[in-house]
Amino acid sequence: MSLLSVQNLSVFFELPETQICAVKDLSFSVRSSEILGIVGESGSGKTQTVLSILGLLASNGFSKGSVRFDGREILNADARELNNIRGAKIAMIFQDPMASLNPYLRISTQMVEVLVRHQGMNSKEALQRVIEGLDQVKIAEAHKRVHAYPHEFSGGMRQRVMIAMALLCKPSLIIADEPTTALDVTVQAQILALLKELKRDTNVSILLVTHDLGVVAEICDHVLVMYAGRMMEYAEVGEIFENPYHPYTQALLRSIPQIDRKKGKKLNMIPGNPPYLLHKFKGCPFSDRCENCFDRCTTQDIEEKRLGGERRVACHLNLA
Amino acid sequence: MRLSTPLLQVDDMVVHYPIESENFFGRNRFFKAVSGVSFDLNHGEILGLVGESGCGKSTLARTLLRLVEPSAGKIVFNGENLVGLPPKILRRTRQKIQMIFQDPLASLNPRMTVGTIIAEPLGVYHKHLSRMEIRKQVRIMMDRVGLSPDQINRYPHQFSGGQCQRIGIARALILQPDLVVCDEPVSALDVSIQAQIINLLVDLQREMGLSLLFISHDLSIVKQISDRIMVMYLGKLVEINEANALYRMPKHPYTRALIQAIPIPDPKRAGNRPHQTLSGEIPSPLNPPNACTFHPRCPHVMAQCRQEIPILKVPYDSDRGLVACHLV
Repeated sequence: MSLLSVQNLSVFFELPETQICAVKDLSFSVRSSEILGIVGESGSGKTQTVLSILGLLASNGFSKGSVRFDGREILNADARELNNIRGAKIAMIFQDPMASLNPYLRISTQMVEVLVRHQGMNSKEALQRVIEGLDQVKIAEAHKRVHAYPHEFSGGMRQRVMIAMALLCKPSLIIADEPTTALDVTVQAQILALLKELKRDTNVSILLVTHDLGVVAEICDHVLVMYAGRMMEYAEVGEIFENPYHPYTQALLRSIPQIDRKKGKKLNMIPGNPPYLLHKFKGCPFSDRCENCFDRCTTQDIEEKRLGGERRVACHLNLA
Repeated sequence: MRLSTPLLQVDDMVVHYPIESENFFGRNRFFKAVSGVSFDLNHGEILGLVGESGCGKSTLARTLLRLVEPSAGKIVFNGENLVGLPPKILRRTRQKIQMIFQDPLASLNPRMTVGTIIAEPLGVYHKHLSRMEIRKQVRIMMDRVGLSPDQINRYPHQFSGGQCQRIGIARALILQPDLVVCDEPVSALDVSIQAQIINLLVDLQREMGLSLLFISHDLSIVKQISDRIMVMYLGKLVEINEANALYRMPKHPYTRALIQAIPIPDPKRAGNRPHQTLSGEIPSPLNPPNACTFHPRCPHVMAQCRQEIPILKVPYDSDRGLVACHLV
């Protein structure tokens, strides 16, 4: 059974004169001890998807559809119920670790608070658990460093603190929104190795949002490709790299510079720009940049098709 | 004669930023951003510079244009040492060196139209040009970088990130420079737009015979575009080599670690390659490690590495490339 099941999720934002749809009819599920990657470019709706799951949309945003976590409907649940889930059963790691830690409080204060709030521990017990948690993410001399302030840590260390904090209540799901984007490559490799290790040792499921297909290839089991708020393709990670079906996935994979390939200086590029969500468009959102575009693509909305097994694609082409 | 000498020769460039000491009587300390960097950049070459944040690559770029004053060293451009040049003469020389910045929107004045932004350098250096002539040149340049000349009266906020970067490129190229310093020009852009900008730079470089110094933290992008690559760590160059050779046979342990840390977008190939994660992070340039600055993170550290500073030299088993490591 899946741990998190998202059905026909749509996210809208009210603007003074209009309404925009940031995510449309998205369905996916995360199984226990699975890493699902949501990949897309900026504005593709990947962050709004995870924010709506946790009820963290901006005040002018609202969502429709269904999100079931552990069998319970949590989309648009009231704040009290969500507060008991957030941080305890579902934890979140954000992109910028400095912006998500309070600069005025010691790491110990911020982390102890989580355990006191969610598990009713006293602060002495909690501190012990916090030190163990920091140890687990390989922070050297955790018992001393736990009393430091966030600015005394480097970027990679802060992200480790965020991961330790996310793990404190032994959540069954971690949502990580671009957790390594702000880090250097050598540090990114360390954090990815750590996430893989955690998944193996604790059976935690991870929903990883990223723009980097390299990161997806390194750690994900399944991947969901998004474009303009829509699902374009969903597949097992090996399949998507070996045999991408959707023209967008294909074009995206071709446009990444790959260090181990030697082929002239020019890249295969996708012409044009991603659609501006304020402009209403007809048909497939990728149609104006797609090399396989035909008449139906500009007039008829795309629908998800299931192509054997779990594989899903939203494209008018006959891809099977 | 002119072609045989490099366009740019940097000799032992040092940039130290003084930092006020914590107490009044204490000695001033220095933030050692760039400590002794030497390299040549040839005519028509794309030279890549790669390194992690804080390694001094942006300081190096800015110092080439003397936007930052070097503490020591020589920057010889077209046979003329830019260091110590009086401002008037520097200004004349500097029109031949232009820069493209990382954040496309932040480097454009929001209150100026695109036409004014691109025309500004012409107004500074070619005062004799008529407004009509300037307008004409701007439109030609806009077309060349893939912007529609009809958009000449629009403002930067009306453009997407990729288009803003095209405006930045047009502004840099309108003076027909010899050297363009590109400081992380595609880092702020989406993958599909990144490829467009890289291809544009490659085309323009060929058409206009430009030399580029292409700076990025992303080795796969640097390798895509560069003829030669320099790897920088904590203010020093640790390896310089032809792009493919650097990737195929990295000599410096840091270069090797950097290559292995890049996630490869293919699970099959990603699984097959050696994985040696480097421990720790880049130390503070305020207090860099002694001798070889990489030794605290190096998997092959020897006693010598803690005592002697390795110099950049040709490795004994190769006739190309330069490496600063006691192992080679």
